Amino acid sequence: MIGPAFVYREGQVETAARQAASPDEELERYRDACGRAEAELTALSERADAQAREILAAHQLMLQDPELHNLVEAAIREGRPAEEAVRTATEQFAAMLESLDDAYLRERTADVRDVGRRLVAALTGRTVGVVLTQPAVVVARDLAPTDTIGLDRSLLLGIVTEQGGPTSHTTILARSWGIPAVVAAAGVLDAASDGMSVALNGDTGEVVLDPEEETRRRYEAAIAVAREQAERDRAEASLPAETPDGVRVELAANAGSPGEVAFAMEKGAEGVGLLRSEFLFMGRDTAPTEEEQYQAYAEALRNARGHRVIIRTLDIGGDKDVPYLGLAKEENPFLGVRAVRLCFRRPELFQTQLRALLRASVHGRLAIMFPMVSGLADVRRAKKALAEARRSLEAEGIPVADQYEVGIMVEIPSAALLAEHLAREVDFFSIGTNDLVQYTLAVDRGNPELAEMYQPCHPAVLRLIDQVVRAAHAAGKWVGVCGEMGGLPEGALLLLGLGVDELSMSPALLPRIRRLVRSTPAEEARSLAQKCLGLGTPEEVLALVEPVLRQKG
Amino acid sequence: MVERTFTLRNPTGLHARPAALFVKEVQKFSGTDIFVRKGDKEVSARSLLSLLSLGISQGESIVIRCQGPQEEEAMAALAALIEGGLGE
Repeated sequence: MIGPAFVYREGQVETAARQAASPDEELERYRDACGRAEAELTALSERADAQAREILAAHQLMLQDPELHNLVEAAIREGRPAEEAVRTATEQFAAMLESLDDAYLRERTADVRDVGRRLVAALTGRTVGVVLTQPAVVVARDLAPTDTIGLDRSLLLGIVTEQGGPTSHTTILARSWGIPAVVAAAGVLDAASDGMSVALNGDTGEVVLDPEEETRRRYEAAIAVAREQAERDRAEASLPAETPDGVRVELAANAGSPGEVAFAMEKGAEGVGLLRSEFLFMGRDTAPTEEEQYQAYAEALRNARGHRVIIRTLDIGGDKDVPYLGLAKEENPFLGVRAVRLCFRRPELFQTQLRALLRASVHGRLAIMFPMVSGLADVRRAKKALAEARRSLEAEGIPVADQYEVGIMVEIPSAALLAEHLAREVDFFSIGTNDLVQYTLAVDRGNPELAEMYQPCHPAVLRLIDQVVRAAHAAGKWVGVCGEMGGLPEGALLLLGLGVDELSMSPALLPRIRRLVRSTPAEEARSLAQKCLGLGTPEEVLALVEPVLRQKG
Repeated sequence: MVERTFTLRNPTGLHARPAALFVKEVQKFSGTDIFVRKGDKEVSARSLLSLLSLGISQGESIVIRCQGPQEEEAMAALAALIEGGLGE
């Protein structure tokens, strides 16, 4: 993407310390600022959705809070400048809320600080919130939810921020809106100015300020190609993923938040094959409450408009930094206390999530999936916990849907080898090829030294998948694949041939895989896969598969 | 002056949304002083921030105190709101 910069500096209202005028003048400035801040909130409310409107209404009440006014005015009468008085007073309330036992109330500190920020901005003649009047690339330190409420999506070309990471608001927003974003671009705020041309590539993380003619041409050419491709993809998005000989494959999307579910549906996904629930748990100081989780799962189910959403229970371990869980440092976090193993040791954490999932089940077509299952004992224990959550809800008279599916991720070789036993316990399998490949080949997929040993199309992996599919189908259960293998053309072709019923991938990969399925007779894929099962090396597999793909273009 | 004790039955206690509803109701009685007490801490019922800082959870008891020309009406309105589950 390439476009003019809109530099948003208000997110960091750091005003230079100024000398206070007389208390009367400062008081007047303060009251004017309150009026302006209220007017801003009213204007924002008109553009906001229901959820944001509620937040804004709470901010209005905080702005009108008599105790806040008392604190600010007392400080001003002592000779403090209005900005400092506001900052101190809101900080005092924030600290008070932060000290409470209640996690939900502690989160309100962000609201108080936000109101303080808005007031200080109003005092210095600025406004909080990104308001675009023409198409632009927003450049900011970081974006908070209230910064983006009034943002017109149709004018937003891209986002570049100095801070932020994979779970920050900016990333989640950009992904759910399908807008290119580059986060953690150090120094960009100082280097950019309003109207300066910005070229950015959300896939590679490249940002070029004021690009030269050659770079500009490269980007413009790429945009033209992407636009053409996008139009073709849109036209094909509603076509069924069916092979010429009539075998239907369900093409679903992987998602990391309820907003991404909506985006995936727009891109033509027929469901969500994997919704990672980690988005609720990362980048925060306390565990999410049942209510908060329930709201998020319900939103995800509603966004899928009647299609199936497979929500994976918490898949976290010692490799992640989640301070409030107090996870022990382990020698081998990928072989340690993670996913269901962690949940079994923290029954409260697990029950809260399971209750929230079951409560959400009335809002759509829910499937619950347990990660990191190594054998029968794990499945039975997880199902027992789920039954307990259901009983506790029923005892409280809280409605739960009659129908929802329960399945497991098959990602540990022992689970693949014992699939015939596991199949009797579940409604479906979803093969997590990323970990299955890593565990089968004993190759760390994050280690660049070993990158060429990480081979999803390794015959050893194919044999395991073949065994899982046969076991599931013999028991009348369906099998999906939610790892990256399903989004690779060579992987998808082999999985189709092995008889997998559903492929779930990043939404951007759906169009290509849909075309592949629609142009490959299932019979052809099947005989190809059968040949590959008998081979001895991944190179031999690829040597057979690649010519077939080339021929399809 | 009128004073009454209530136990909050709605699922989240006096959290952001129920507290906001509560303050809005209080604002309708501008000439009457209204306070909320939990334990030994009493705050103005007009202050959302002070109410939140009491950290009132489900099942906890609070005392509401009204003083002024509309004290009876104010108490009746707030009682109805709390007994109705504070919008939850």
